Amino acid sequence: MALVLNDEQTMLRDNARGFLGKNAPIAHLRALRDKRDADGFSRALWKDFVEMGWAGILVPQEYGGLGLGHVEAGVVMEELGRTLTPSPFLSTAILAATAIARAGTDQQKKNYLAQIVAGDLIATLAVDETAKHHPEKTAMTATRAGNSFKLGGAKTFVIDGHVANLLIAVARTAGKPGDTNGLTLFLVDASAKGIRAERTPTVDTHNAARLTFEDVNVSADNVLGKIDAGWDVLEGVLNAGRAAVAAEMVGAGEEAFSRTVAYLRERKQFGRPIGEFQALQHRAAHLYCELEVTRSAVLKALQTLDDSFERAGAIVSVAKARAGLSATLAVNEAVQMHGGIGMTDEFDIGLFMKRVRVGQELFGDANFHADRLARLNRY
Amino acid sequence: MDNLETFRKDTRAWLEANCPPEMRRPVQGEEDACWGGRHPVFQSDAQRLWLERMAAKGWTVPEWPREYGGGGLSRDEAKILHQEMRALNCRTPLTSFGISMLGPALFKYGSEEQKREHLPKIVRGEIRWCQGYSEPGAGSDLASLQARAEDKGDQFLINGSKIWTTYANKADWIFCLVRTDPNAPKHEGISFLLFDMESPGISTKPIVLISGFSPFCETFFDDVLVPKANLVGKLNKGWDVAKYLLTHERDMIGGMGSTGDNRSLGQIAGETLGTDHGMLADTVLRGQIAAYEIDALSFRLTMERVGDMAKVGQAHPAVSSLLKYYGTELNKRRMELVMSAGGLDALEWEGERSHEGRTARAWLRSKGNSIEGGTSEIQLNIIAKRILGLPGA
Repeated sequence: MALVLNDEQTMLRDNARGFLGKNAPIAHLRALRDKRDADGFSRALWKDFVEMGWAGILVPQEYGGLGLGHVEAGVVMEELGRTLTPSPFLSTAILAATAIARAGTDQQKKNYLAQIVAGDLIATLAVDETAKHHPEKTAMTATRAGNSFKLGGAKTFVIDGHVANLLIAVARTAGKPGDTNGLTLFLVDASAKGIRAERTPTVDTHNAARLTFEDVNVSADNVLGKIDAGWDVLEGVLNAGRAAVAAEMVGAGEEAFSRTVAYLRERKQFGRPIGEFQALQHRAAHLYCELEVTRSAVLKALQTLDDSFERAGAIVSVAKARAGLSATLAVNEAVQMHGGIGMTDEFDIGLFMKRVRVGQELFGDANFHADRLARLNRY
Repeated sequence: MDNLETFRKDTRAWLEANCPPEMRRPVQGEEDACWGGRHPVFQSDAQRLWLERMAAKGWTVPEWPREYGGGGLSRDEAKILHQEMRALNCRTPLTSFGISMLGPALFKYGSEEQKREHLPKIVRGEIRWCQGYSEPGAGSDLASLQARAEDKGDQFLINGSKIWTTYANKADWIFCLVRTDPNAPKHEGISFLLFDMESPGISTKPIVLISGFSPFCETFFDDVLVPKANLVGKLNKGWDVAKYLLTHERDMIGGMGSTGDNRSLGQIAGETLGTDHGMLADTVLRGQIAAYEIDALSFRLTMERVGDMAKVGQAHPAVSSLLKYYGTELNKRRMELVMSAGGLDALEWEGERSHEGRTARAWLRSKGNSIEGGTSEIQLNIIAKRILGLPGA
């Protein structure tokens, strides 16, 4: 497959860019932040996403979705990264839709995917338990009790966790923290008795929550995939999420970069545009190279998810690691090159830096993915 | 698609039948490669045979048109040929500045006579070319070159000198930048000439590098006569040809970086450092190697993406500066890691055990990658101005 967007993907990108630029620019994020919006996103805007089919972008057509691929989902994520628009797109349309479409029973798919497509369900993945991403260290327990399970434990940094209706919770049915065997995925009604959700506002004004599970009863019908063998499904879902976040960081990094280049052209010091200074030119040119090289890896990761989902692990790690590092460089350089104005809340550049910091950490930072790649390559 | 699949099958069968086993091992440094030329030096009969067989199909330059001796393959077919060659570890049959630099410039700027004269010989490896660009006073500021060509009727009379002419002492012909109008602004009085290195008045002197090798020469022109028919492009407009050629040279240098050692850095390091629970015993080096591998794979994908973008007309003309800059910096980083992974063994300079210090010499040679063909700083200048549109000079 050629490493360029095809005509349909390019059209999707242009449409998304036009729509988000008009309806959800950075002022939209600021407004939600400044009024301390309880949901942390606009339900009216999400309804627009639903009408454009975005909620079901990865849902197969037989369940009412658009039946598109990860490249298309990544195209939308990249545009969301340019405008920093908060929405349940990552949690619901990517993580939950991938998990259910890939591992669900026919009944589960019919039920949940249809609701996702219709915009009736906000769903998310509850996986992390510690400050750093280590899915194999899952300690939350699921103990069998007759024909159901009792869930006990806590999750942290659950995206959209305080507004989700459906949680895909990763719990341990066997083994001990550190084992990849013995994990099981559960579809859990977020309003079930024993679940407490605490919104944890983060630096980037996007949604995250801490969830506690105390004797939460889940029927065996709501096991997603196989008992004790949830690792492979989880890895696949996480890979989809990692590539999507990488695409979002490409968008955020490039937007910060293009604003910086524009500023270098217009800002005058010592009677000259600062873009004439070679010290800044070289740093800008180096950053351009870093971002272009990252874009190649991210596109390849998204294509690999569409071509051979199970074998995408290595390239997804490459993409996530590079996207984190190059977007971080982009926002750091953006603040520095903007000078004092880059430090003000009034100016947008800092918002990019905040979102990229979150994206770095989400589903494994660059070190996590470098380590994962080394393991895959046996050294 | 069916046609391409058939092409793949036939190509693999042909390579299996025709590529000698000795040519399915990595090239061990520049000296081990096949350079062709009037007085070719073959390391083995297999090397000669492999060149002859590939040249007969035009597959030394698979994408050039058949009428100029090339393979006449489409881009997709050429990609398949390269994939199949990689799969069987087939060596490049011919290493040639004619292929990577002069050829593309002749296609764009050469006369029909010049194309018919020179291109087929490049394909068959009959003429070994060298480049006469830099001068002692004109390195990164290339356009300030002084070697002059005076109009003598049907001929030019050339006087001056060049430096860093790669393998000038082994080359048959040179493509050369000369000043034809000393009074014009410095970019506008330059012309692009081709001439035979056996012409009277040419002498060369090798320059020994820190690697102990001397791939480069100083080249002196003392009243050398060159027919005017050997002018490529228009008189005084050689700078356009030179710039175009440089973009191809940059692609080539950016894409280099094989030391002939096919083992991954992780493997090399594992052998010297040992492992601990399957992980390299030096965890810091392990992290650096993994970080390098992430960037190296992303860069390879970028070369592929740039090719795909070029095919659909989306590639920026100055993108070769990105490839040159990033590829050479990456290669230097790789060689530093190879040295760290090899430890004391990598420091050996002589002797059979280290193949005459191959690792150390390759490490030293790599330092030149970000200088030759335009320094990294020059590439960053080009990106800043031409791609990012930043103001100044």
